[in-house]
Amino acid sequence: MSTTFIEGSIAVAKTVAVSRPHVISAYPITPQTHIVEHLSELVANGELKSEFVNVESEHSAASVVLGSSATGARTYTATTSQGFLLMIEVLFNIAGMRLPVVMTCVNRAVSAPINIWNDQQDSMTARDSGWIQLYAEDNQEASDMHLQAFKIAENKDIMLPVMVCMDGFVLTHSFDPVELISQEQVDKFLPPFKPEYYLTPKNPLTFGTLVGPDGYMETRYFIEKTMHASLQVISDVAADFHNQFGRFQGGLIDTYKVEDASLVLVAMGSIIGTIKDIVDELRAKGQKVGVLKVRSYRPFPKDEIYKALNHVKEIAVLEKAVSLGYGGILVNEIKSVFYGKPKTPKINGFILGLGGRDITVDTIHQTIKETVKASSEEKFIGLNEALIGGK
Amino acid sequence: MNNDTNFKRYLKLDLLPTPWCPGCGNGIVLKTICQAFDELDLPKNGTVVVSGIGCAGRSAGFFDLDSVHTAHGRAIPVAEGIKYANDALNVVVVSGDGDLIGIGGNHLFQAIRRNTNITVICYANEIYAMTGGQVSPITPHNTKTLTTPNGNPDRPADIQFLFKSNNCFFARTTAYHLNHMRKCIVEALKFKGFSFVEARTMCIVNYGRRLGYKNSNEMLLHYKEFYKINDYAEALAENEIGIIKSAPRSSDGFPSA
Repeated sequence: MSTTFIEGSIAVAKTVAVSRPHVISAYPITPQTHIVEHLSELVANGELKSEFVNVESEHSAASVVLGSSATGARTYTATTSQGFLLMIEVLFNIAGMRLPVVMTCVNRAVSAPINIWNDQQDSMTARDSGWIQLYAEDNQEASDMHLQAFKIAENKDIMLPVMVCMDGFVLTHSFDPVELISQEQVDKFLPPFKPEYYLTPKNPLTFGTLVGPDGYMETRYFIEKTMHASLQVISDVAADFHNQFGRFQGGLIDTYKVEDASLVLVAMGSIIGTIKDIVDELRAKGQKVGVLKVRSYRPFPKDEIYKALNHVKEIAVLEKAVSLGYGGILVNEIKSVFYGKPKTPKINGFILGLGGRDITVDTIHQTIKETVKASSEEKFIGLNEALIGGK
Repeated sequence: MNNDTNFKRYLKLDLLPTPWCPGCGNGIVLKTICQAFDELDLPKNGTVVVSGIGCAGRSAGFFDLDSVHTAHGRAIPVAEGIKYANDALNVVVVSGDGDLIGIGGNHLFQAIRRNTNITVICYANEIYAMTGGQVSPITPHNTKTLTTPNGNPDRPADIQFLFKSNNCFFARTTAYHLNHMRKCIVEALKFKGFSFVEARTMCIVNYGRRLGYKNSNEMLLHYKEFYKINDYAEALAENEIGIIKSAPRSSDGFPSA
């Protein structure tokens, strides 16, 4: 293993490459492009024996990996934002056909108006698609998570696609020291993909055929059941990874100074790093604050979150997405964790950082102040008052 | 070419400069479109511009006209929606080859089938430039791009034959052949039915420089030396630009039987 100072996208591409995908297909879209450009380079110079398919849209990219995966090939694609939305139809198909495709969703805001900067609205919009969704905190984790993703997806008891979500620009375009994993080590961790069911003339199968009211509901039931089963697999794979590589970035969740905390901030993705700094700062002043990272968003680890937070008085959920007409998405689910439990903490939700709006140390301090002061409520933080006709 | 500056009335001059790189040919196409609008004296309150995503897609906002910046590849159906809702409007699509021929390719084919009376101007730079230089549907065979580091294994789309299928208007021109480009756009705008102008334009930053062109002017000179004008030909050869010949049409704009 060697530490390299490397761009997040390139680290991810290198990890995908040593995972030995047979087929990669993608369409250019900012800020995903560096990942697939680097993969096409590795294929072109012979370092990676894969088919790299340039296609005419993300819908086609997702369809190409669907087809390849159905033949028993290990496949990979990556996209973001509008491209991700265009893929959604096929994403449901991939999950419904139980194909263990791995993709990167580089998180970016959604149009209109066009905005190429980071928030997490794109992947959150596909939370119900049957894909396992993991969110990376930093580039080391984003890179490692892809290797774990293949292992989770291809587990014969799971056979569901996995999406690694990483914040656009904040992670993809920033340079960090990353420990890259060698081919030899990967081969020890990730066995070759040997599906039980795949397209072969020796044993003809049909994928995705018409199923009527007599059988459709059971397909959803089994995916839901598998999602619950995958909670254990995601934890196990993270533990295996820890054993072999010595790094642990959390299984379903990760916590930082939560054990004795009275106030905990809950979030997903790159914002976690900033929050940890603030936690350290406030701890030094004697404030009992902690942070909980939701690493697996689907399946949603209700029990782990409850176990970690049941002693806490106040929770602030910080999220870079919104369900228009309801409000925060993650906050709703964190609240549901405490439904029917003997004690419910005060839970405040904050929507911030949409369309790349800076999340500064001050922004996060503000969420803590609001949580301490206000009763349970949800609000946008960091709005430009001049643009909304405010005071 | 006259030096008349009347064409500027179609532009939001206060938004200039455009976001395009130094040496980009898009400004030439944008200006020529406005000159063609001016030549036909298109009413500003009766003309709508629709664009997709990409460098060329940024054009829509620079016209001092009603405009829509659509999702990637969807400029043509959005333009058709506008035209079907209000037939009195001149509806012009301005976008790139990746947008119109790549991701939106099916819409192009269907609009030809419907022969919708709109005009499409394609800034054809042979590359996905906005995202940094990936292979496009009209990148020539064997050409190196960031996603085809060993050369493009695929053949470029030659879309003129799609237009022949329903007797629609197709022209190819270049950013070097200014008078010809203007003539093509004017004729496309006058055409009753679906019209398309493939305007070859240079991207030096994310395409040409990687192919050995020292500057954008060298790319222009390539257009000058490579392309010959062959207007009203049955079909255009690879090194020809021009308006392809149209069969006689009936009053509704469809080919006469």
